[in-house]
This record gives sequence, structure tokens and C-alpha cells, in this order.
Amino acid sequence: MWNTIFPYLLSGVSVGGQYALIAIGYTMVYGILRLINFAHGDVFMVAGIVMVYIAASGLPLWVCIPAVLLITAAVGFIIERVAYKPLRSAPRMSAMISAIGVSYTLQNLVLYITGGLNKQYPTIPGISNSIQIGGATTKVVTVITPVLVILLVAALVTLINKTKIGMAMRAVSKDFETAQLMGIKINSVISTTFVIGSFLAGVGSVLYFTNYPTVIQTSGAMPGLKAFVAAVFGGIGSIPGAVIGAFIIGIMENIIKGLDVILFKAGVIAKPLGLAIFSDAFTFALLIVILVVKPTGLFGEKTTDKV
Amino acid sequence: MKKKSKVPALITWIIIAAVYAGVFAAEQVLPATSMLFTVLKKGATYALVAVSMNLLNGFTGIFSLGQAGFMLIGAYVYGIFTIPVADRPVVYQYYDGGVIQFALPVVLALALAGLAAAFFAFLIGLPVLRLKSDYLAIATLGFAEIIRVIVQWNPMGPVTNGSNMLRLFPNFNDFNIRNAQGEVTVYLSTLIPFLISGVCIGLIVLLLNSGYGRALKSIRDDEIAAEAMGINLAHHKRLAFCISSFFAGIGGAMLAMYQTTVQAKFFTTAMTYEILLIVVIGGVGSVTGSVFSSFLFVAASEWWLRFLDEKQMIGSFEVPLLRNGFRLVVFSVIIMVVVLFFRRGIMGTKELPDLFRKKRKEEAEK
Repeated sequence: MWNTIFPYLLSGVSVGGQYALIAIGYTMVYGILRLINFAHGDVFMVAGIVMVYIAASGLPLWVCIPAVLLITAAVGFIIERVAYKPLRSAPRMSAMISAIGVSYTLQNLVLYITGGLNKQYPTIPGISNSIQIGGATTKVVTVITPVLVILLVAALVTLINKTKIGMAMRAVSKDFETAQLMGIKINSVISTTFVIGSFLAGVGSVLYFTNYPTVIQTSGAMPGLKAFVAAVFGGIGSIPGAVIGAFIIGIMENIIKGLDVILFKAGVIAKPLGLAIFSDAFTFALLIVILVVKPTGLFGEKTTDKV
Repeated sequence: MKKKSKVPALITWIIIAAVYAGVFAAEQVLPATSMLFTVLKKGATYALVAVSMNLLNGFTGIFSLGQAGFMLIGAYVYGIFTIPVADRPVVYQYYDGGVIQFALPVVLALALAGLAAAFFAFLIGLPVLRLKSDYLAIATLGFAEIIRVIVQWNPMGPVTNGSNMLRLFPNFNDFNIRNAQGEVTVYLSTLIPFLISGVCIGLIVLLLNSGYGRALKSIRDDEIAAEAMGINLAHHKRLAFCISSFFAGIGGAMLAMYQTTVQAKFFTTAMTYEILLIVVIGGVGSVTGSVFSSFLFVAASEWWLRFLDEKQMIGSFEVPLLRNGFRLVVFSVIIMVVVLFFRRGIMGTKELPDLFRKKRKEEAEK
């Protein structure tokens, strides 16, 4: 029984870690701007595409990866300046529509550049190798992901709690206008948030596409949405919440992918039911349940609307 | 109080009648393969879907992204119930002809498509409509994804044909009147979608001008104030959600007729985004704007901007950048410009009669 479940659990933890890195970007932006950055999943995809093209140019990998992370961070910065900053005082719906527009634009740009073809993600030596853990064969990246996620989150939490810019971020997310009156440069705080979020999405993309090595313009949509669900699940605005939510969703999703096999081997069902296609739908069902039962998520703060 | 002038309304009716007459005449004269008719058919379909989305997003202030899901329900219900019994073994070849062994008339199937979508909207609305703006957007988007998966699930195959396409149901071309030799005598394949869409949009306009419509607009402007004025929020939101989905369902059925096939994998989030962008370009809160921008959007993407996807030569000079996909890039840029700099869209919140009204007022002031 354990031998059947373990491989799914393992890939669940790995995917969960990758979702976590994307989810942090969602949760930070939402915490500060109260905006669902629909384009965040596409930033993640752009990071993948940039890697494909940079690696194809023949640069060594130790140059490629930092270059990809830098470019991704820059993309996040530019998106914020071009598409969200002009709408800061507009109704929330306008900013959300702008985010959808950016997502549409990024996908179409990549479609144009790649010609709509699947691109093979470069193999990164070291983390693409296979290893054996507890009787299951997997890639090294599966093991590295959770460790890296924990390290990055620890660094991020320290940044937010101990540094000046972190304090400014917390202040802005508490009260936008008052923070501005207190002399905090809102724009640079927001830009920093986008840069950090995109940087982490870049890291996530290196890990994710090592696992699933094809990139196409729609590659970012599903991981993006799932990471968003993870952020809501954990309580939007809370970084540890987003990480825990992402791991739970990653694991559940992979268990469902293997549910047919698991149930079959356990003797519960006689023939496969094709439940694996519900792995995506499950995430959204979970979202709806969470929103109805506990809209603030696992670690979210309660807010009340005033007239 | 001065009585409202009837002239603008009259002009509006004349324009609408002229459009219908023009469509009918063009169809008899021009060859049926003309690109114009593709645009008109798809445009009419998108117009209905866009207006139904505008009813929620623009008039009630409910930011829903479930449009593709409701269209999928409508398209499938229409397809499932209208495939002729004789053709079912071919369509449902992997499921022994399917379980449904009857076919309904087109009009009935259209109504059923709308009702089914409205019913699902009612069910999903019970939990989801309690949510606030952006959570609601994501929850409805998630619902659309769930529906798409359920339809493709293998055990659903005998009803929905699983992940295979539904086809051979009556489409727009079947409305053409043919003589005994099978030659078309009167072309109606473009007029019919215009009529369906026109009637549905007319009903939505009637709703918006009624007391209910005013209640919906007041919810959009200020929920708490509306509630304080005695408007039952839950009831009105549910009503708007179900009605919008009803028409989205009919729109989905029309899309099925336009495409002549239905397959779940095409009803993606991208489709919802496209419709949302149409609404934004037309003006959030304007029925006329949504209709106008639907035709504009479809014409531009299917027809006028096609040349951007192919190599173009001006004399011996090859225009750079033009290749497959460039059209969509240009499109995206236009959309971003509208979203960022012309937030009111083409029409803002104005309707067709307002255009004539304003001019008259200015004349009067002179």
C-alpha cells in the first residue's frame, strides 16, 4: 500500500513546493494592492521560455539561471509600471481587467515568438538526474524543491520582519494611504514586491520545468491558477499560509492523479474510473469549499467592510 | 417635467430595422462563402454572450468569469438533444449510440440550453454569490474549469460523448430554405442568428429598463446603500446571475451552431477572457457598446487583421515582423491601450438612443 502511494506523495511534495514559489507572488501582491495578479502565472511561463532561448544561445548554465531570474524580475517590474501603476486610483475591477489583459498579451507574445510550438526545456545537470528514495525512482529536483522552498521562505520572512523595506511592506499592506502619509515611497515598495514575487516565480519555473520539460504559451495558466488557489487556501496575504496551502494542494492533486491505481491495488474498485482528470477540477472544488466555509483561509486576517 | 423626446427611440428602431433588412438583402445577393457572413454569424453569437456578461459585470457589478462554463453547458445541451436519432450511432461511436434516443426541435433545444445553464448558475450561485468581487471571479472561473472536466469524464460518455466532439446537429446553414432539388431559394443562415440574438438582447434591455434593472444598477453603485433602501441583495444577485447564464447558455448553443461541432476543450478560460475584453472595449455598462465591439472584435480577428499573419510585400520590400501570431500581438496591444487609456471603451455607459439625444440637446442649447 505504502509503496503505491509513496511515489505520488513524493511528486506531490515537489509540485507543491513549486506552486508555493508562485503562490508567494500572488499573496504578496494581493496583500499590498488587493489585486489578483492574473498575469503572474504567465510571468512564470515567460521565465520558462526565456530559459529555453538563453540556453539555446550556448551560454553556460551558471550564467543562464541567474540571467533568467534577473530577466523574470525585470518582467515583473515592467508589468507593474506599465499596466498597474496608471490604474492605482481606478476601481479594483479596472486593475483586474488590466491584469487579464497583460496575461493575454504575454501569452500572445510568446505564441508569436515560439510560433505556438512546444519548446523543450534544457536539461540542468545535477537536478535532472534520477535517484532512488524509499523504493521510488525520482529526479533530484523532487528532493531539492522542498528544501529550497523552506530556505527561500525563511529568507523572505526575515526580510519582511527584520529589514526596513520589509517594515515598509507591512505598513503598506496594513494601510495604503496612511503609509504614504508617513513618508513611505509606495511605488518603490510595490515595485520591490513585484520583483520579489517574479524572482520567486522564476526559481519556481526552473524547478517546475525540470520536472515537466515542455514550455508553451499556456504552460503558466494552470500552475498560476493553482498557486492562486493555494494562496487563498492558506489565507491570502499570509506567506506561510500560501506555502502550506501549496504543499497541501500539490499533494492532494497527485494523490488524485494516482487514485485509480491506489484504489485498484487496495481492491476497492474493480476497474479504473478515470478519476485522474479530476486532479485539476479538485483544486477548484477545494477553492469553492474554502471560500464558502472559511473565506479568510487557514491563516488569513479577518477584515470588515465599512461604508 | 418635460416629456422625453420620442425621436431618438424612433431613429434607433429605424437603424435596427435597416440592419436586419441589410443583412437579409446581402445574404440573397452576395455569395454564401463570403467572409462577411462568417463575421456576422459569429459576431451575432458573441454579441449575445457579451451582453449577457455585461449584465453581470457592467450592470450588477458582479465580476464573474464563468461565462465559458455556462456557454459549454448551453452548447452541450443543444448538441445532445438535437442530433438526429439516425446519426447518433455515428456520433456516439464509442458509446453504443449514447443513452438519449430522441431529438428535440431546435427552438425547444435552445430554450433548454438556456434553462440548463440557468439551473447550474442557480446551484453554483448559492455558495458563490456570497463572495466579494475578486473571490467571486476566481470561484466562477474554477466552476467553469470543473464543468469542463466533468463533461469530458469517461463515465459521462453515453450522454456527453466524453472528450470526443458532438456533431451533425442542426446548424445555421440548415435554416436556409431549399427547393425540391436541394438548391437554396431563400438564404436565412445569417438572419436567424441575428433574430435569436436580437430577441435575447431585446429581453435583456427590457429587463434593464424595468424596476429590476434599476435595482441591479443600484447594487453595482453601492451594495450597502442599495440594501439599506430595501433591495434584497441575495435575491437580485441570484436573479441577475441566473438570467445572465440563461443567455450565455443560448449563446453557447448558437456558438455550437456556428461551429457545427462542439468539444469541451475549446471552452477554456481564454474564451471567457476574450468575451470580457470585448465587453471592456465596448464599454462596461453599455449594451450597444458590447454588441458593436463584438462585431468589431470578430471582424478584426477573423477578417481585417488576417493579413498580419502572412508575409506582405510592398513592391520588393518585405514588411518585417509579419508572421503567424502577429495579429494576436497587435490585438493585445490595442486591448491594453483601451484598458489603460480609454477605460470607458467605445460607448462608455451610453446606449444607441443616447447618441441622438445628446446631439439634440446641444442643438437646443445653441
